[in-house]
Amino acid sequence: MPHDHDDAGGSELDPMAARVMALETILTEKGLVDPAALDALVELYETQIGPRNGARVVAKAWVDPEFAAWLGEDATAAIASLGYGGRQGEHMRAVFNTPETHNLVVCTLCSCYPLPVLGLPPVWYKSPPYRSRAVIDPRGVLAEFGVALPAGTAIRVWDSTAELRYLVVPMRPAGSEALDEAGLAALVTRDSMIGTGLALRP
Amino acid sequence: MNGAQDLGGQAGFGRVAPEADEPVFHGRWEGRMLALNLAAGAMGAWSIDETRHARESLPPAEYLSSSYYAIWLKALERLLVRHGFVSAEELAAGHALGPGAVPKRVLAAGEAAAMIARGAPYARDPGGRAPGFAAGEPVRTVVMHPLGHTRLPRYARGKLGRIEAVQGFHVLPDSNAHGRGEAPEWLYTVVFAAEELWGRDGEPGATVSIDAWESYLERA
Repeated sequence: MPHDHDDAGGSELDPMAARVMALETILTEKGLVDPAALDALVELYETQIGPRNGARVVAKAWVDPEFAAWLGEDATAAIASLGYGGRQGEHMRAVFNTPETHNLVVCTLCSCYPLPVLGLPPVWYKSPPYRSRAVIDPRGVLAEFGVALPAGTAIRVWDSTAELRYLVVPMRPAGSEALDEAGLAALVTRDSMIGTGLALRP
Repeated sequence: MNGAQDLGGQAGFGRVAPEADEPVFHGRWEGRMLALNLAAGAMGAWSIDETRHARESLPPAEYLSSSYYAIWLKALERLLVRHGFVSAEELAAGHALGPGAVPKRVLAAGEAAAMIARGAPYARDPGGRAPGFAAGEPVRTVVMHPLGHTRLPRYARGKLGRIEAVQGFHVLPDSNAHGRGEAPEWLYTVVFAAEELWGRDGEPGATVSIDAWESYLERA
């Protein structure tokens, strides 16, 4: 249910809810939208399309060097081979973290995000603090996520200004050698695939 | 346009505030808003570029004080009125008052998943047009301040960078957002040193890339 939120301002939510409901009423009465289609779309993003998809992609890349190479060359096709693709993932690029380079993804101009692999973006990703600072103070932003990179690791920020969508492949954590793909996928957080986090340690 | 949406490098917004165990939607209305946006877009009357431009055209104070789904709502209302599907009077009344524009199609429930799975690729056939730049080449972004839509952020205008990759032949938002045709161009990933973008406030060794259409770039 609606509740206070830094980004939205609690007092705004109820009028917004009423206004959205009114718009749905108008469009339904005019035959421009089918409420059952709205139900289907909500359910899709609530149950099917989320960061576990991306975690599966990353875990496979960790255990399968051929898949990792394919992901590097043609991420859209490699990701599609696992069953993920479509809206806002039409032109995927995978970027791989290394000890030398840490990748961080932002959309300074709106909220572009690789929906098929990560689902809907969190509020902070769409909000001014992250969008304004990720490009000018990435190390400071990472610190706010509790991520402290070694001084020798350079940061590469990807501003999603076109229709390319970026998936960060975090480094496989030490101590994960014995895990299978499902066990590895459990270590892959959403934030680690945006670049604001690292993969969990087992 | 130099609107409130062009946030890169601005200061004063405070710390990033990640929310623990954030739900997919904060209230039912957000999910309905997402779905309304998709279903209305499926009528085929406007492009994603026109949608983005409608959002960034909100007055800056309103843009910055609205949650993201509230921005979506306000922009969708404008698009529906602009294209004649809904009138301002209907928005005020909260009910349909009369007929409006007829959509090319109405999304049926059974088609929703397929539409999302299909997506809407933005790459086009270059038809023999070769890219003007090659990976590794130095380039300078143009300086421009269009009143209309562009995807070249202010912080990256007039800056010296390097082509990292040729990314395909893509629809140009600057044209498509205004109904002037797709006007596709070659698209490149261009990488900049942080110090080129931010001067002495850039972190040595850090880099930032944007994806830039060919008309955003000049030979350096």
